[in-house]
Amino acid sequence: MKVELRGIHKYFGNNHANNDITLNIPAGTIQGILGENGAGKSTLMKILSGFIHADKGEILLDGKAVFIQSPATAIHHGVGMLHQDPLDFPPMRVIDNFMIGHSGGLFPNRASVTRDFKLIAEQYGFSLDPDAYVDSLTVGERQQLEIIRLLWLGARVLILDEPTTGISASQKEKLFATLRTLAEQGKTIIFVSHKLEDVEVLCHQVAVLRQGSLVGEAKKPFDTKKLVEMMFGKEISLGARQTLERHGSVLSLQNVSIEDVRLKIKDVSLEVSGGEVIGLAGMEGSGQGAFLRACAGIVRPVSGHVKVRGRDLTGKSYHVYKRNGVEFLPAARLEEGLVPGLSLTEHYVLAEKSKDVFINHERGLKQAQEKIAAFNIKGTPVHTIESLSGGNQQRALLSLLRDPLSAVLIEHPTRGLDIESVIYIWGKLKERCRKGTAIMFISSDLEEILQYSDRVLVFFSGRVSQPLDASTTTVEQLGQLIGGKGWAS
Amino acid sequence: MTKNSRWVNVGFQIAALVLALLFTSLILLAAGAPPLEAYKNIVTGAFGSFKKFSDVLVSWVPLLLVSAGLLVTFATGLWNIGVEGQITLGAIATTWALRELQDTGLSPSLILFLAILAGMAGGAVWALLAGALKTFGGVNEIFGGLGLNFVATALTIYLIFGPWKRPGVASMSGTEPFDEALHLSLFPELRLSPWALVIAILAIVFVYFLLQGTYFGLRLKAVGKNFRAAYLLGVPTWQYMMLSFLICGALAGIAGAMQVTAVYYRLIPSISSGYGYLGLMVAMLVNYQAIWAAPVALFFAALNIGSIQLPIVLKLDSSLSGVLQGMLVLFVLIVEGVRQRIARRS
Repeated sequence: MKVELRGIHKYFGNNHANNDITLNIPAGTIQGILGENGAGKSTLMKILSGFIHADKGEILLDGKAVFIQSPATAIHHGVGMLHQDPLDFPPMRVIDNFMIGHSGGLFPNRASVTRDFKLIAEQYGFSLDPDAYVDSLTVGERQQLEIIRLLWLGARVLILDEPTTGISASQKEKLFATLRTLAEQGKTIIFVSHKLEDVEVLCHQVAVLRQGSLVGEAKKPFDTKKLVEMMFGKEISLGARQTLERHGSVLSLQNVSIEDVRLKIKDVSLEVSGGEVIGLAGMEGSGQGAFLRACAGIVRPVSGHVKVRGRDLTGKSYHVYKRNGVEFLPAARLEEGLVPGLSLTEHYVLAEKSKDVFINHERGLKQAQEKIAAFNIKGTPVHTIESLSGGNQQRALLSLLRDPLSAVLIEHPTRGLDIESVIYIWGKLKERCRKGTAIMFISSDLEEILQYSDRVLVFFSGRVSQPLDASTTTVEQLGQLIGGKGWAS
Repeated sequence: MTKNSRWVNVGFQIAALVLALLFTSLILLAAGAPPLEAYKNIVTGAFGSFKKFSDVLVSWVPLLLVSAGLLVTFATGLWNIGVEGQITLGAIATTWALRELQDTGLSPSLILFLAILAGMAGGAVWALLAGALKTFGGVNEIFGGLGLNFVATALTIYLIFGPWKRPGVASMSGTEPFDEALHLSLFPELRLSPWALVIAILAIVFVYFLLQGTYFGLRLKAVGKNFRAAYLLGVPTWQYMMLSFLICGALAGIAGAMQVTAVYYRLIPSISSGYGYLGLMVAMLVNYQAIWAAPVALFFAALNIGSIQLPIVLKLDSSLSGVLQGMLVLFVLIVEGVRQRIARRS
């Protein structure tokens, strides 16, 4: 189906999120939408899929102007959207998820729906068990379920928002193959991403958004340098790898075993030196999360010892670790890391170690202003934390770390951030390393892991690799280990 | 712009008040009573004379104490429904202390002081029970508090009809009244105790500064708004939750103590008089801002006192004030929801 957007405008308060965007996408095209965080990509896609309405402008499908009132209207017109975080119902079965949103009367015909489901799944080479519970699926499989569901509901335009985040390399390949097939069948694919390489490999044409405006379009083959220039206004590279001076052991694990409901990690020993960066790689839920939390006292190991600068803190609470200079930053910023409803200033006051009774508001304000400047946060001291954009929330989270620290443990330090923010945040982290702090982090971005780590641990369903030297490991090697290949049995 | 939006907010609040009055009027009409007449009676009943207004203040004291306490638990994200039982336990503990000390020959002021402290402790212990059930037993504070409310009521009845019964015949009218020396002194000719008034005002001022200006208050709010993040930011979360219960329980306990030492001079079966539930409504209505608690609690107290004469004058039940209070809370919440919807759209 042919999709035309004409002069789309959208305001959020004073923020001009979409400024006069006009875009033509012929049927059978894979259209990439590139742009950094906050460029207006998601807004535009939400308008097309009926989640929000444009303030001005029109949408034409196959040449006919339509008003897309809601996501239900959108799918009725053949427009389906796949969200970054799957909008499904984890405690329900695959087939029940599949039927939701389908007007099948009071008593849906489960048998015939299951037949349809299997047929479509087979057509695209997805192996999904209709009776499995959704919370047992990987993110990639949940994506596949959503794709099948949208196709079954009659989607002829498929919007995918950052679909390659959190899925394995093989799932990504399968996804891309599926998208190509769909395009050949005449369906229109809109692929929203800030990952250049994915867009370059997959898309026929690309539109680049920056600060709410359409700044340029390009057709295959793409000139990477030009795309980057359009996205950021200048060329950016991650810079050379750097290894910093070591400062002696700060974190030491001896035969640590961790168990949770799903997996067991056995007998891990590791010495981490000050100034060193350890990257933890693996598919989501392979044990790296529990491992990182065990290093901070948030998860208790079932056996073994955790020592911080020689002090045995095994079995102590996170607050004891914190007093000993170990801090943990969670990936779920607004759920676990920050307090929605409190201002930036209040966060700094909260993180202070103060024995006073009354808050010194002036000092708090001054501190907030200093941190905002030092961490380049786009916001004011009185802004509530949830009113900041994701990248700025991440900067704020980082700015709450105390100084000095022995070790910083971070889940996904740069997930969902644009390249500029990534470079900025790692600059700040490396500054810490220079002062002798050890850093351990989880990331699903292999390039980030190899770029910034000194050593890498790979996790695969509870198994932990020997530390790999990041300077001599390649993305391919890492990818294979993550996918479960090359492990000694 | 902020000034403008503040006036818009005030407009919404007034709209809620008007809607609540309209709705209550409909109910009155359905009951065959003249609404305007009823409202006029409530106003004159509350503000018709200085004496009547002082009665409003008598009712304001426990309500303000309870609301002040609830602002603390609400800030911590806790629904302390058990506040009703905490008032009751405060009253029981005060009665116990007065009974134990009345014949010791200590000076009456010292006895009263100790009795009020006992009331504080009684309320606090009852609140800590609800807190411990939540922290260590995983029982939601709403269910735990509700259960403890029933226990508190049963305990009161047991004491009145059992160990503390009046010489001769036990009755619903309560325990034997205390000697006049053990009453908190009153303003001449009035039923209002200056001591009670001062304590209640001190309580709300204390809570205002606690929540606005202290590290303690900020940490409580952090726990209330995001428990997990507060923990990672270094706040000992469950300890702060218990402290929050403790403060609320102590304030509710004082309210119970005031009911015994300045209003009834004895333990009666319904000593908490529903001030706990009313306090919950006040705390919700002021949207957890301490500064508004005093006037709103005064308004609620005025409705309570003003409606007392309705049965005599208009043959209406005095629970009309409860209808109006309930309507007010509902409409304020509805209007707030509507306001947020409109704000999101624009």
